[in-house]
Amino acid sequence: MKKIALFLGIAVMLFNCSPDKPKTQEEYPENNEVQSEPVPAANLMDPGKGIGSVKSVTLNTPLEQDRVKRGNAIYEMKCSACHKLNTDRLVGPGWNGITKRRRPEWIMNMVTNVDVMLDKDAEAQKLLELCLTRMPNQNVSIGDARDVLEFMRQNDGEK
Amino acid sequence: MKLNKIISTATALGVAAVLFSSCKPQGPQAVTTSGAAEKVYVAPGKYDEFYNIVSGGFNGQMSIYGLPSGRLFRIIPVFSVFPENGYGFSEESKAMLNTSHGFIPWDDLHHIALSQTNGEHDGRWAFCNANNTPRVGRIDMKTFRTVEILELPNSAGNHSSPFITENSEYVVAGTRFSVPLGENKDVPISSYKKNFTGTISLISVDPKDGNMKIAFQLLTPGIDFDLARAGKGPSHGWFFFSCYNTEQAHTLLEVNASQRDKDFILAVNWKKAEEYIKQGKGKKVSNLKYAHNSLDEKTGVATSEMLNEVLQLDIAELKDLAYFIPCPKSPHGCDTDPSGEYIVASGKLAATLPVFSFAKIQKAIADKTFDGDYSGIPIIKYEAALHGEVQKPGLGPLHTEFDGNGNAYTSFFVSSEIVKWEVKSLKVLDRVPTYYSIGHLSVPGGPTKKPYGKYVIAYNKITKDRYLPTGPELAQSAQLYSIDGDKMQLLLDFPTVGEPHYGEAIPASMIMPNTQKIYKIEENQHAYAAKGEKYTKVERKGNQVHVYMTAIRSHLTPDNIEGVKLGDEVYFHVTNLEQDWDVPHGFAIKAANTAELLIMPGETQTLKWKPQEVGVFPFYCTDFCSALHQEMQGYIRVSGASSNVPLTFSTGKVEAEPSGK
Repeated sequence: MKKIALFLGIAVMLFNCSPDKPKTQEEYPENNEVQSEPVPAANLMDPGKGIGSVKSVTLNTPLEQDRVKRGNAIYEMKCSACHKLNTDRLVGPGWNGITKRRRPEWIMNMVTNVDVMLDKDAEAQKLLELCLTRMPNQNVSIGDARDVLEFMRQNDGEK
Repeated sequence: MKLNKIISTATALGVAAVLFSSCKPQGPQAVTTSGAAEKVYVAPGKYDEFYNIVSGGFNGQMSIYGLPSGRLFRIIPVFSVFPENGYGFSEESKAMLNTSHGFIPWDDLHHIALSQTNGEHDGRWAFCNANNTPRVGRIDMKTFRTVEILELPNSAGNHSSPFITENSEYVVAGTRFSVPLGENKDVPISSYKKNFTGTISLISVDPKDGNMKIAFQLLTPGIDFDLARAGKGPSHGWFFFSCYNTEQAHTLLEVNASQRDKDFILAVNWKKAEEYIKQGKGKKVSNLKYAHNSLDEKTGVATSEMLNEVLQLDIAELKDLAYFIPCPKSPHGCDTDPSGEYIVASGKLAATLPVFSFAKIQKAIADKTFDGDYSGIPIIKYEAALHGEVQKPGLGPLHTEFDGNGNAYTSFFVSSEIVKWEVKSLKVLDRVPTYYSIGHLSVPGGPTKKPYGKYVIAYNKITKDRYLPTGPELAQSAQLYSIDGDKMQLLLDFPTVGEPHYGEAIPASMIMPNTQKIYKIEENQHAYAAKGEKYTKVERKGNQVHVYMTAIRSHLTPDNIEGVKLGDEVYFHVTNLEQDWDVPHGFAIKAANTAELLIMPGETQTLKWKPQEVGVFPFYCTDFCSALHQEMQGYIRVSGASSNVPLTFSTGKVEAEPSGK
């Protein structure tokens, strides 16, 4: 009996001595400069839109070709190392069909606010469990993310 | 039960006390009063208040510590190669170590000068000197990288350097060794007095981009310059240098350069020198050779140009340019106080500490209160320049810095102590021991018009019994003292890398907000950058094979390369596609006789590799980058010189094995 109590005591001590959970980036606001104004989760209740400063996106038809062109160039520089344009997963998921699966706001928040998304957004966390490599923050501005979105729409067959 | 407990506790305490006292090191004890630990404790996740930018001495590097914790954050390679990140080995950085004598992989870095505007730190650049093969380096405080190195012609032993003027107009470089200059350098050493000359180079600093250029060089008598400080406020426009070996000895200086009662402080009116240059009085010397190396921040590539001209002024020929002030025995430190009125000269073999007055120096010059000349340069009468002497301050005064309250802090090498004294009254206020044999010291902002005060840091020469021993070679160290109260208080010992000759401390708030986090991949103008995997390729140009490679968590592209032959030189140009802070990738390949690369996000670095034998060689990422870091690897196949294996490259391509194998 005494032994068990002692054992429990040590366990409690160990537990108390364990380091605090690593803080997320959100709790260190000074580290957030490369991100585009992350918005606390509470402000965005719509789960389908993800977490971030992108609250609504207007999509136009036909596609804006200037954006498609810029989006393609950004894809080649910052995204293509991990994302294919078909459905195959490389490091991250293939992009084919993404604009059908996700809302445009979610996509843009994922691209521009990836650290918060991976820590808080359930859908993003599912992807991390699948891919096991955290999607890097590629320092993509909101405007660039919008261009990438337009390129994704074209990749999904929109005109 | 209770009594037993008390007895056993008491016994335990007694044993602990005995143990504790028997573990004490021998020699003088540090009397750290209570509360010292709290004053230097920086809790996990919190930041230090100051950056301490410290010279590494014989490691040729600059190191960055936090204060008050004394934690080491970074080593910046400047004059020495650094295999850890490829500095001096990568194709991009090699040129930084070029000199008129070719590539030089090592030097001895002694002093730091942080850039100033209006006599205060501006947090833009850190300058440092190479003592052996004379050079001055500039570090960009946004990237903590060496961005420029300028060699100094007509110089030997660049010790009196890189002290800076109050608007960073000039960084100075005075010679420790006088040497023969000009056409005939092949002279007997014993002809020192006749043939040897000293020089002081004034290096201008471009206010926009920091680029260094030798504006002009002063020719001086053949003596040794030790340290210097620029004037400030009223004395702005002047520079003060400590000189030794006015005996002009060329052998056994330990004895022969310590004969005279007084050596000199050389006061130079550099504004007057500027006037002479404007009047065209500078003599152009153009048969020189000296390297100027700079890093192009858009391409990340350093280039080296060889220069051959300087303008010279002879301080003995031109009037009103320079004056000697007698100073007791072999002065080392020569430090101007924040007001710019007082110059403290530390004669390291002297028993008193003279303090000169700039106003009195000016009056003596106006009244010609001279005591003859030395090699044609007027000597101001000692008493005429003197504000007063600090009496019996200690033994072996070396260097003085100041707080913002009119106090000076002088290091004493021989008596191993820091002495606090009041500049105006010359009264000694306090003294504390250092462990041991302090060289320079530093007060945050101490060389500026507005010192931040709070601490004084001792850079010691000997640590003896202060740390766990590590064989014959022991840790070098610094010590942190609080100067907030009337009494100085020892707070912390912290070991340093290399020999910490001198350091400056600057509030973190002046550096931290400007720190560069990544290189923007869009702005990467490296000729061999692959800005996206689509642009990766392998190209042959004669026997050179250029691999345009990308790195991102967690693969290298291409990761299978064939068609390289013996006799080829392979250049791995690795572009890190990451755009997030703190995600460098490394690159190493088996049997490289250079080093590795560490590639910061968005930049391109190149490793040259010359295979020596046929086979398949692995390469991999050396900087742990993700859960799949261990998978970040690849192969290159090297075939015989006459092989017909075609040049191919790929990533993620799997071909079926040929049948029958």
